[in-house]
Amino acid sequence: MEYLQADHVTFSYEPDEGDAPKEVLSDVTLGIKKGQFVALLGHNGSGKSTLAKHFNAMLLPSSGKVYVDGMDTSDESLKYEIRRRVGLVLQNPDNQLVASIVEEDVAFGPENLGVPPAEIRRRVDDALKAVDMYEFRTHASYKLSGGQKQRIAIAGIIAMLPDCLVLDEPTAMLDPRGRTEVLGTVQRLNREKGMTVVLITHYMDEAVLADRVVVMDSGRILTDGTPREVFSQVELLKRHSLDVPQATELIYRLKADGCPLPDGVLNEQECVAALELLLKR
Amino acid sequence: MSEIILETRDLTYLYGKDTPFQKTAVDGVSVSIRRGEFLGVIGHTGSGKSTLIQQFNGLLRPASGQVLLDGKDIWDEPRKIRAVRFRVGMVFQYPEHQLFEETVRQDISFGPRNMELSEEEIAKRVASAAEFTGLKPELLDKSPFELSGGEKRRAAIAGVIAMDPDVLILDEPTAGLDPQGRDQLLDQIVSYHRRRHNTVILVSHSMEDIARVADRALVMNSGKAVMLDRIDRVFSRRAELESMGLRVPQITKIMSLLREKGYPVNAGVLTVDQALDDLIPLLRKRGCIR
Repeated sequence: MEYLQADHVTFSYEPDEGDAPKEVLSDVTLGIKKGQFVALLGHNGSGKSTLAKHFNAMLLPSSGKVYVDGMDTSDESLKYEIRRRVGLVLQNPDNQLVASIVEEDVAFGPENLGVPPAEIRRRVDDALKAVDMYEFRTHASYKLSGGQKQRIAIAGIIAMLPDCLVLDEPTAMLDPRGRTEVLGTVQRLNREKGMTVVLITHYMDEAVLADRVVVMDSGRILTDGTPREVFSQVELLKRHSLDVPQATELIYRLKADGCPLPDGVLNEQECVAALELLLKR
Repeated sequence: MSEIILETRDLTYLYGKDTPFQKTAVDGVSVSIRRGEFLGVIGHTGSGKSTLIQQFNGLLRPASGQVLLDGKDIWDEPRKIRAVRFRVGMVFQYPEHQLFEETVRQDISFGPRNMELSEEEIAKRVASAAEFTGLKPELLDKSPFELSGGEKRRAAIAGVIAMDPDVLILDEPTAGLDPQGRDQLLDQIVSYHRRRHNTVILVSHSMEDIARVADRALVMNSGKAVMLDRIDRVFSRRAELESMGLRVPQITKIMSLLREKGYPVNAGVLTVDQALDDLIPLLRKRGCIR
């Protein structure tokens, strides 16, 4: 059993009157090891956000089981412990702010956990430094840019000392600079603090940063592997309305025309290097 | 009819004028937008692009300089500025936030009704706008809040298209959409532009989106208009764009890097198809293609 474990999870939302229940997750089994950085990739409606919300017991499976650090999420008495371990960051930065001063917003979580004041101060400072927002600690939270707000949301969760961060399309509402800031922060937390990261996204240039990419479609797992392994499957991804990087597509199409080129090219540098080898002939 | 539909002359806009926080958001911008073109507007956050487009339909009033629609200053008769907004339609980012009516049909009708059109004309406009944005007819009588995210967005865009503006401005219309949603919406905007023959201005952070749909690109940097040219020419100036904190589409960068290394490829390539057109002959010569 892995740190985050979903076993044969099936889930349907409560249907409207007269409608049949719609199955959003169908027999999903997925295990995520401690310290892994996993990207959950899929188009809207694939079930990726629904699955993510099972990992902090926000949703419970209609059938099957979900375990966090060995704890069954359907056990009401363990909910608190589970949510202490797994923090959830959502898409809209504004919806996650609760206080008008940055450090008060970050303190909200630990305060609710009953952490002693001196300890709260330490945790808030550490969390803000971890997301590179320490100098903004006395600023008005609502005046920050989108990327900054998302980093505060992340800090607010880190201050509760979780083992795992689940981020549901955290950069969807951000501009390029905000996206870079948030992704950089998440990568650093994974590498330097060993935090387990589950990043839900439909951007393949974000999925590329993960150790492992799990692709979902229509409530099922389509494919699972390293970024290179997954993005080599260009046909499959396109058939399921997903993007591949232009670099990957270019090499793929040249290969299809008979060019001896490697699989799994992910970025410009690799693409240029691979093409140069042929053009130099 | 003149070739230029919308023009700014030495346009300047200040936020927080005469306060310690005064910021020149738009700095002496003079640009001419051609009738019927599809113009992309790019620039880093804070470059002034959103402030600039809000001058085009009089939402913001210049501190100095002029905005001309069909050769006439839009502020000549300030009381009639509302009429400008029927001719220059603006779709803001996350337009679904502006849906408010009881049914989708009523929401789309809001603009035309404010234009005091006949009920018959309004009905025609609603049907046409729904068709342009790919909204299924059965959705028209539902509450906007029952719609999916993508459908809501289309309903909001339909509400602006229903006013049949001569210039349609869209600010990040694909923000928050997944790849499929983005593709569908961009295709619909392109198709609308082709059928309606009006002028479309698209503000976006996605270079790939702009490369795909626009004829020309306007590049804003720190309040100034620094480039206004055909997109292939704009994107071939990779080093300059990168120095402004912007990037070019990934495929453009790849071809630009190859060109810098001395290979005879086009640095202004915008799509994978165009790149293949350039590369296949070269690779064939080296015996790499079947």
